[in-house]
Amino acid sequence: MSVSEVVQVSVEDLKNIVGEEHAREAKESDAVDGVTPSFVVEPGTVEEASAVMKLAHEKGLRVTPRGSGTKIGWGNPPSEVDLVVSTARLNKILEHAAGDLVARVEAGVKLEDLQKELSGANQMLALDPPEASATVGGIVAANASGPRRLRYGTVRDLLIGITVVLPNGTVAKAGGKVVKNVAGYDLGKLFTGSLGTLGLIVETTWRLHPVAAASRTVVVEVESPAAAGATVQSLMHSTLVPTMIEVNRPGSDGGGTVAVLIEGIGPGVMAQAVSALEITRHHGTPRVLEGREVETFWDDALKSPWDGDGVGLKVNALPAELPNVLELVSDAAGRNGVTSRVTGHAATGVTLVGLSGGDEEGQAATVQELRDIVGSGEGSVVVVQGSPELKRKVDAWGPVGDALTLMRRVKGRFDPGGLMNPGRFVGGI
Amino acid sequence: MSDRERLIERMKSIMGPKGVVSDHEQLRTYECDGLMNFRVRPTLVVLPETAEHVQRAVQVCHDEGIPFVARGSGTGLSGGALPHEQGVLIVLARMREILEVDIPNQRVVVEPGVINLKVTQEVAPEGYYFAPDPSSQLVCSIGGNVAENSGGAHCLKYGFTTNHVTALEVVLPNGEMVNLGSKSPDPPGYDLVGAFVGSEGTLGIATKITLRIVRQPETVQTLLAAFPSPDDAGGAVSDIIAAGTVPAAAEIMDSLAIEAAEAAVHPGYPDADAILIVELDGPAAEVEHQFDEVVRICEENNSTEIRIAEDDAQRALFWKGRKAAFAAVGRISPDYFVQDGVIPRTALPEVLRKIKQMSDQHGLRVANVFHAGDGNLHPLVLYNGNVEGEAERAEELAGEILVLCVELGGSITGEHGVGEEKKHYMPKMFSEDDLNTMQLLRCAFDPHALSNPEKVFPTPRLCGEVRPGPRRIHPVEKAGLAQVF
Repeated sequence: MSVSEVVQVSVEDLKNIVGEEHAREAKESDAVDGVTPSFVVEPGTVEEASAVMKLAHEKGLRVTPRGSGTKIGWGNPPSEVDLVVSTARLNKILEHAAGDLVARVEAGVKLEDLQKELSGANQMLALDPPEASATVGGIVAANASGPRRLRYGTVRDLLIGITVVLPNGTVAKAGGKVVKNVAGYDLGKLFTGSLGTLGLIVETTWRLHPVAAASRTVVVEVESPAAAGATVQSLMHSTLVPTMIEVNRPGSDGGGTVAVLIEGIGPGVMAQAVSALEITRHHGTPRVLEGREVETFWDDALKSPWDGDGVGLKVNALPAELPNVLELVSDAAGRNGVTSRVTGHAATGVTLVGLSGGDEEGQAATVQELRDIVGSGEGSVVVVQGSPELKRKVDAWGPVGDALTLMRRVKGRFDPGGLMNPGRFVGGI
Repeated sequence: MSDRERLIERMKSIMGPKGVVSDHEQLRTYECDGLMNFRVRPTLVVLPETAEHVQRAVQVCHDEGIPFVARGSGTGLSGGALPHEQGVLIVLARMREILEVDIPNQRVVVEPGVINLKVTQEVAPEGYYFAPDPSSQLVCSIGGNVAENSGGAHCLKYGFTTNHVTALEVVLPNGEMVNLGSKSPDPPGYDLVGAFVGSEGTLGIATKITLRIVRQPETVQTLLAAFPSPDDAGGAVSDIIAAGTVPAAAEIMDSLAIEAAEAAVHPGYPDADAILIVELDGPAAEVEHQFDEVVRICEENNSTEIRIAEDDAQRALFWKGRKAAFAAVGRISPDYFVQDGVIPRTALPEVLRKIKQMSDQHGLRVANVFHAGDGNLHPLVLYNGNVEGEAERAEELAGEILVLCVELGGSITGEHGVGEEKKHYMPKMFSEDDLNTMQLLRCAFDPHALSNPEKVFPTPRLCGEVRPGPRRIHPVEKAGLAQVF
């Protein structure tokens, strides 16, 4: 449906729901992967969000939910978007039950703001995706994660309750505000990573963790992908409990680092750091970082391996495949005239690859070659950043196996009109 | 030949005569699970040996519109594996193979009938274990753990079954077989593994399960502390967690539960109104420091005696009484209901006071056993079924405790599941819209409501067709017993 066909909805209809200030005609900067919507609306309450969704449903408007917009380029370009529903005003921290290590927040709360609030009680939400201004709703919808996932898991391990607005305006919740709860289906997990294709997430409840009192960083210089793999394996199968094990390979020459962050209490982290030195010295050159170099090192090591206009890939493989993944990335990129840079949450099997240089043909061929090998086994290669042109050549998600039919049935039940983010998700969902 | 005889023949042709139980007396073995006050004899029982057997059996049920219920070891405590009287009970106990052990990637692939503890035994020599440890872990199956999202004493720190399953092979209620999730992290698409785990057998039958295994900790330290009241013990747990320590386990038993455990397995617990078991695990230097802290906190909360496990044998003795507590209550009462409510941990003193009041009002004793770290209460309501009206009063009291948990912001079930037993309490926790939304997921997996029907949700519902076309009126709808959704 083009803009002219949506004449039966005007910006006034939206303003009637959310107030004069909070609905407007869309601008070019509101485009979703090159597709410009007609309107942007910012509901301030769950009731307003429900009314907006109901209107969109009645009028057949295609909806893209948006938080801070940090991952608005994820997935495939949408087939159509009429309305962007922004959660920017759903930004209240509703409850922080410090004694229960639980927080209930609206979807538009930015993670950095939440962390600031929680730090007062020496607590945190143990999620650390790279986009600092991301909202919690966006993090759930994208299933965004960071290096801490090694110890604390991802959204699915920390989200204990959710409230969503379905495409027809129905407000529904699942889970609760206790960590242990098996009553009813776990819709929180169903919505995690669903990229706005099942409904609008409006409220989330989280399990929190205490902030550690002390930390130590051990960095191991390694000379080859094989040495990086051996280092990671030696740490994984030890009794250490690291918060992060990160691999960093700046160029396509053999070298790089494996870095270990250990958190806990003072005497504990030092003992663990000493063990880490002992364990890894057979595979590379380890040392414990001191003073200021800790911050400098992590600032650099945790930087995204892709630039604003580069291509970003998330390679999900088995952790023991790390050396193969590292070799494969530099080989495939080299063959296709593209430069690669690699970081990764090594002990979890997640590798982040930035591609630069070359043309879209070369980038697409690199993705395809990685998929042919990683995807043919147990893994997947997802394009998390790339131009719409690249994503026309290569699907952002890649194959999802024989569960696709069932996924389509799920989509069909939740969004029978196909109004939510059409075309952005797997298999054209 | 009757319909039932034809069904028996078809099932025998799939899994051989030994794989089908149809004799009425033999069927009695399967008429209930761990919740023995509900009993239903199924039409017949099948015992598949392979995923293909399961798939073909489900296909037959689908073609004939016959309901089916999956059962593992039958240890569930909410009637989740209660048979359907017109249905087939599919028992997965013969599918007991551990298919793959992949230590470098910390994964184990098993068939659904594999016993929980077997997984740990299999990987223990490599320094690993499977974290979810329900008290029934000696006999319960992984397939059942998946259905119920089982927890255990150690899930406060290590999570539930859902946090330890990465992939599933599932036979859908229409007989299709699909692979959900993957061995590697973050597979693209909807997290249908997350949706399936804990769905209590209503979305299909898992025939292959990929588990995450966890490295054994360097050190485990366990203490047992006696307190003058459960309030004091609860206060100690709150203070431990407030100090930034997440214990591997924190379990409280009250005097009645202690009395029962003593009578049954003689763990030699101190004579007290409450005992607290705290277990810490992790790197030695860290655990040592935190353990001293825990001892200090217990003392500050009026602990009258603290015992520290010197070795594995003593640790096992501490746990023996706790793990046997449910069954042990049989020593001090002819009958009892086990409940499974959850509250925010900080509401513990309030909830204990109110349970005491309710217990006095109903004139029935309540023994309390709880996973104090995560607020999961297991009140055991004691009664004598031979006394006229007492069972009803006990059931009423158990229900009131659940409602109290919901009012305090908690849940009607922390790990036992809703099943048959608690489905009528679901509306206390969820609105009509919430339940209808859950039903959308059910309809995507099982539009004809054949897989463990009439469980979990209070009102049976049928799924409308998504696509336009003539709609057949289901007999149940015609009879006014269900509404179309």
